[in-house]
Amino acid sequence: MKFTLRVWRQDNQFDKGRLVMYVVDDISPDMSFLEMLDVLNERLIKDGEEPIAFDHDCREGICGMCGLMINGNAHGPNKLTTTCQLHMRSFSENEAITIEPWRAKPFPVIKDLVVDRSSFDRIIESGGYISAPTGSAPDAHAVPVSKADADNAFEAAACIGCGACVAACPNGSGMLFTAAKTTHLGLLPQGQPERLTRALDMVETHDDLGFGGCTNSGECTAVCPKGIPLEAIGRLNRDVLKAATKLPARH
Amino acid sequence: MYTEGAPIVDGKRPDGPLDERWEKRRFSARLVNPANKRKMTVIVVGTGLAGGSAAATLAELGYNVLSFCYQDSPRRAHSIAAQGGINAAKNYRNDGDSVFRLFYDTIKGGDFRARESNVHRLAEVSVEIIDQCVAQGVPFAREYGGLLDTRSFGGAQVSRTFYARGQTGQQLLLGAYQALARQINAGRVKMHPRTEMLDLIVDDGRARGIVARDLVTGDIETYTADAVVLATGGYGNTFYLSTNAKGSNATAIWRAHKRGALFANPCYTQIHPTCIPVSGAHQSKLTLMSESLRNDGRVWVPKAPKDNRAPHMIPEDERDYYLERMYPSFGNLVPRDIASRAAKNICDTGHGVGPGGLGVYLDFSDAIERLGRDAVEAKYGNLFEMYAQITGENPYKVPMRIYPAVHYTMGGLWVDYDLQSTIPGLFVIGEANFSDHGANRLGASALMQGLADGYFILPNTIGDYLADGPFPPVSQQAITSVEQEVVDRVVRILAVDGDRSPDDIHRELGQLMWDYCGMERSEEGLRKALEAIPALRKEFWQRVRVLGTGDGLNQSLEKAGRVADFIDLAELMVIDALHRTESCGGHFRAESQTEDGEALRDDENFSYVAAWEYGPQQPVLHREELLFENVTPSQRSYK
Repeated sequence: MKFTLRVWRQDNQFDKGRLVMYVVDDISPDMSFLEMLDVLNERLIKDGEEPIAFDHDCREGICGMCGLMINGNAHGPNKLTTTCQLHMRSFSENEAITIEPWRAKPFPVIKDLVVDRSSFDRIIESGGYISAPTGSAPDAHAVPVSKADADNAFEAAACIGCGACVAACPNGSGMLFTAAKTTHLGLLPQGQPERLTRALDMVETHDDLGFGGCTNSGECTAVCPKGIPLEAIGRLNRDVLKAATKLPARH
Repeated sequence: MYTEGAPIVDGKRPDGPLDERWEKRRFSARLVNPANKRKMTVIVVGTGLAGGSAAATLAELGYNVLSFCYQDSPRRAHSIAAQGGINAAKNYRNDGDSVFRLFYDTIKGGDFRARESNVHRLAEVSVEIIDQCVAQGVPFAREYGGLLDTRSFGGAQVSRTFYARGQTGQQLLLGAYQALARQINAGRVKMHPRTEMLDLIVDDGRARGIVARDLVTGDIETYTADAVVLATGGYGNTFYLSTNAKGSNATAIWRAHKRGALFANPCYTQIHPTCIPVSGAHQSKLTLMSESLRNDGRVWVPKAPKDNRAPHMIPEDERDYYLERMYPSFGNLVPRDIASRAAKNICDTGHGVGPGGLGVYLDFSDAIERLGRDAVEAKYGNLFEMYAQITGENPYKVPMRIYPAVHYTMGGLWVDYDLQSTIPGLFVIGEANFSDHGANRLGASALMQGLADGYFILPNTIGDYLADGPFPPVSQQAITSVEQEVVDRVVRILAVDGDRSPDDIHRELGQLMWDYCGMERSEEGLRKALEAIPALRKEFWQRVRVLGTGDGLNQSLEKAGRVADFIDLAELMVIDALHRTESCGGHFRAESQTEDGEALRDDENFSYVAAWEYGPQQPVLHREELLFENVTPSQRSYK
């Protein structure tokens, strides 16, 4: 197959950046999107042009490291699919494909298609955990968890932290990411003691980092490769509201 | 090829009854008082299950921790991709499981090439891991009554594998990551993402720090500490194509090896039987389909060779369910090494399916009929989706095609019972060490070992070493000399300016290793590899091409450094494989097999751990005899 690519090239965070056109042919429909970029990069190296930098690691759709804006869609045209699991059979012959990095204020570009998503780690560090130091645990069967709660918690916990939700959101909001974690932990009995402070702390950090607010446009869940439901944000909002009424005021 | 060195013994190996040894060692290990812990720093490299859990736990204990990973976040370490589950001897099923049985299955599964003491400790600790993970909020699969569900895995006849759909590794890793995040927030861990360890600083005979490259700025930085823990995973990517993440590499352990840490059993690699077959020359990595699929999927090939009919056109009596035929008591659940070799053999005789005849069917039609599509989807849904995305085929309708692929390395840096390498102060945990799986790892045991090491074992044993600390400041000379070596090497790689990309050379190495040091190894093939590898090393240093500079993000430069180390490690793997003329577990020597083609061990001559010392000319072999006091090594039988 043959494609015309327009790829975002940017030397470093200070560079203005530009779209550069490349034509690739001899692409097999069975190649993944990243393998197509590998092929292009091998050619660039041969031609003496620096290869395109992009993040990737497991290439199994689970580590969350890859993520490209493909023709304006986070992770490309297919639902529930990370960039590494997108295959060229999903595109048509001679298609023009524009490839850009995630664009959001809290995700500055490092080089080409690589962005800095460490703001997500800051959100988790501010409360996205259960305080259970090693060795302190009771027997695993001490507290039964209803299958429904366990399943719903799992569904939210499946978030891979790729950042597609932020890239797709017109406000650059990271609420789906934040809510996935508060929902996961907030549905489990072990997560109850810290539930309200967790929600409040994480949302506060989210806002401080420059992520935008949620206006329920739902773009996030539409591009989420793990299908985290919008409902998670509703749960988070309820917890934040409850925290505002139940916890002492903060300054 | 190599020289013989003095035998090595595990100086920390406790004696006495097997089930009291860990208790005994915990009591004899010295403690560090809380005020002194605050004065000491521990470096932990890698943030997978072992590294993440160790860093969090050491910080909880009060040490200052510096944590490093090459990924952009500690949450991305490749443990995240583990699918099937984690073993624990909880016996919640009342199906006859026990600590001793998990110990026995693991020792036997490893083909009697692991230490009894270590493996028993692993089985003991397994039960605490599940408790710990549940307390952290890991959403394991549950029954309607609210209790934990389990399933069976290869090499076991009990149901002891806890799981979170097909994403168990992800959920366990997020548990460890969250514990780590809590300590970062508390200021007890300083996290360094996108930072790659490139060398080890040894001063006055002790491991005292690392030299690392900030992958974003390109700066070469040095970090010092009272002890260094490597949790950097395995070296499966030596084969280029493997189920490891693209970035997984051996540089940290190889550099430590060159600084004096012995490397044990490098030839023990695990080829996993159920991976998606290669689709073409562009293939950049291989994807595993969890072993748990073998619970309900049936493996078969057409009875007639070169049968090109579509699978549904082949009637039942013209199918060969070869694992069920050859191993009636374990059937599709034989251990990985056996299932892989059976697949290779059946394909080698022309029965394989799919492109190039390199594939066998894994068929779920019986399970779908028996349990219904919904039940199968609930158990394996995400795996089926992944398969469909990659191959474009619907596994609910058409049987999956699978083929073995490199997955895990049982070998690694040699450690004693305390998980300390031969360099004092250098500890090695998780897949990076060699300790618990012998010559073959059982499914769902990697997660168990990573977390056992990180949460429960290392935090108990490292204190005995640190009880002598804090250590005096590291000499400036020791730091700058290693730093300079690292800088020089980066300059040297950039200066080659040849005409072959790092990936191109890596592919060649991988093909060579797969052909000669893969599922079946022979004297002839290994000798060929031993000639080819030095030539490839020369090729690398004359022809590698890395564009750009070292002053910023340069992914080619990262790859090139890793490939150079893979080439050196590959040579040691081949030497180890050549010297071990027996077959055991994943190491199958064509010259050593039973009449029906099973691995034939040679206990008289090879019941030892091969621990290799780095030598600039030739490696030096140190043998650690394996003692079996509680089990009797036998010919493994899964028939």
